[in-house]
Amino acid sequence: MSYWPGCVSRGFTTELHGSMALVAERLGIELVELDRANCCGAGVIAEHNQELADTLNARTFALAQQEGLPMMNICSTCQGAQSECQQRLDADSAYRAHVNETLADEGLTYDPEGFSNKNFLWVLVEDYGLDRLEKLITRPLNGLRVGPFYGCYILRPKHRLGYGEHPDRDLYLDRLIKTLGGEVVEYDGARKCCGFPVITMAREVSLRQSGTHVGDALDAGADCLVTPCPLCHLNLDMQQPEAAKVVGRELGLAVLHLPQLVGLALGFEPKQLGMKRHIASTKWVEQRLQPVPA
Amino acid sequence: MSEFKLKVRRFKPEEGDGPYWESFKVDLEPTLSVLDGLLQAKDREDGSLSVRCSCRAAICGSCGVKINGQSTLACKTMLEDAQHEADRTSANGKPAEIVVEPMGNMPVLKDLVTDMESTHWAKIRRVTPWLIPDGPPPEGEYIVPPESMIDVTQSMACIQCGACVSSCLSMEADPDFIGPAALAKAYRFAGDPRDGQAEERLHDLANDPHGIYDCTHCFSCIDACPKGVAPMDQIMRLRRMAGDEFKIDDHNNGYRHETAFTKIIEKKGTLDESLLLQESLAPGVKGKLIPRPGAIKGLLESIPTAIRGLRTGKMRSLPKLIPGVHPKLPDGAQDQVKKIYAHSEEHHYELNLYIRGEEADDEAPVPEAEAIPEAAIVPEPDESEAGQ
Repeated sequence: MSYWPGCVSRGFTTELHGSMALVAERLGIELVELDRANCCGAGVIAEHNQELADTLNARTFALAQQEGLPMMNICSTCQGAQSECQQRLDADSAYRAHVNETLADEGLTYDPEGFSNKNFLWVLVEDYGLDRLEKLITRPLNGLRVGPFYGCYILRPKHRLGYGEHPDRDLYLDRLIKTLGGEVVEYDGARKCCGFPVITMAREVSLRQSGTHVGDALDAGADCLVTPCPLCHLNLDMQQPEAAKVVGRELGLAVLHLPQLVGLALGFEPKQLGMKRHIASTKWVEQRLQPVPA
Repeated sequence: MSEFKLKVRRFKPEEGDGPYWESFKVDLEPTLSVLDGLLQAKDREDGSLSVRCSCRAAICGSCGVKINGQSTLACKTMLEDAQHEADRTSANGKPAEIVVEPMGNMPVLKDLVTDMESTHWAKIRRVTPWLIPDGPPPEGEYIVPPESMIDVTQSMACIQCGACVSSCLSMEADPDFIGPAALAKAYRFAGDPRDGQAEERLHDLANDPHGIYDCTHCFSCIDACPKGVAPMDQIMRLRRMAGDEFKIDDHNNGYRHETAFTKIIEKKGTLDESLLLQESLAPGVKGKLIPRPGAIKGLLESIPTAIRGLRTGKMRSLPKLIPGVHPKLPDGAQDQVKKIYAHSEEHHYELNLYIRGEEADDEAPVPEAEAIPEAAIVPEPDESEAGQ
């Protein structure tokens, strides 16, 4: 697949990028990294200038199409920001022609025909298949209580994110956790906002959101959270000690990236998956894992 | 006729007890609404069941509730759709009851009736929701080019039901947030070419810590709105006006964050985190760093997080934290990104899908770069137009 890892997985959360590479290889998914592609803009560039954001993402789509492969991302925020631009590009051929004119200089064209851009979670469930994944599990996550944290950008708005065709996309993490042998923890924050987008603008509001969700998951008995979004990960994991101060309670809950959770079930060791790099300790999760059968 | 079970969250303040759940069986055509179901339960089982409603046709905006957790209008949700959603999301995969609750983020007065005064109407009044034209009114009507009204049309569709307020995740964390309905209303006037106070309005909303930069971009209001207003999109339009058009350097760091982010992608193609922190706190101007008000506080707040990040290796190695080390895109790709930026300086075309529709439209005319004209009032209608 044409693979867009996103800026955060290559910068702040390199453990995500690394674990995705290991897991893809084990699954037999070939990833062709789009190393000439640019940042999705995370909605921030669109705030500044919509046509600029649309053109930058059309460029990424065109680069993926040049590889002749469907595109995959590992960041909910990339998914959401790119889908927003794609919606405008796909809706209006005249606008698209105008954007493509800007790309022509690099010999690129975005053509909506046959183009697809999916988060790894969607690829796993819709294209790879949970049945097929199940056969590769060497260490079922028996008894591990996992709280799903979806991230806004792959949930809403539904009309933009393919829910017409795939209405159950807001349940995929739950299904995946069960497939891997884990137990789904029901808690209030699973489909709420981590607060990351306002961390530099409204810090306390932002941390109150992440702190509340982590606390709710702990109260519901979670051993860890799992998220397909590295930005959610930053606010839930990296900022967890700060969030604890804002919500005035002790926290301490591991937050795994989606490929890490899959990787554990596929038999990789926590260290290989970069779990040592997390701020909230993952020791509790490691203690609950069974050894991989020889 | 089919049977449906409605699980309703009830609250009777006069009895002094807390809220509780009560289930009602109703027997109705599946294409009738959840509101019809509630009214049948009230009629046949308990006359004290309270719900606010009037038009039953998604026009008056009275019957805002949460159905299966989703903020919406009870009259606009068919029983069969609500049942399907309840079954689809049921934890054990078995048929479930349709769950009906009062709207969120608002005090509950009784059962499904909420107090919209404190959380909705007070905030609507907060944004000065009326037109303030410049100068004396013209003799006849105000005349504006129709295309200059396109972007405010969407926010005019609001029926004040409060579904977006109910769903707002920023308001859940900060009850003082002005919120989606009021900010959409604010855009309706700030974006109106006849209004003479756009800049003052934007200064106010950008500098209020509970204003446009307090929206966490969760899209909940877009899915909740029964009229397609997409309040979050209107908040982003306000940000675009405040930042891009008026360059309002707000106390919340909104404009600096956005400008720094956009600049970094022009320089590097992908996000350089160290540069983002530096640029948004103290942007470099001709080699000098100009700290913004509160920059020191912001820097201090980020230090513990940065130290923890370094210790675990999360923030890569130390040299990568020095601004400027982050690599550009390879093999000339960065120059291509720069060209896109150069082009975009002349082009600010905004495709409005509310007007254009979200389906492919191959007959559309090629957009002009300046298709959205400057907000302008036709100063004096000439005699032939006056009094028409």
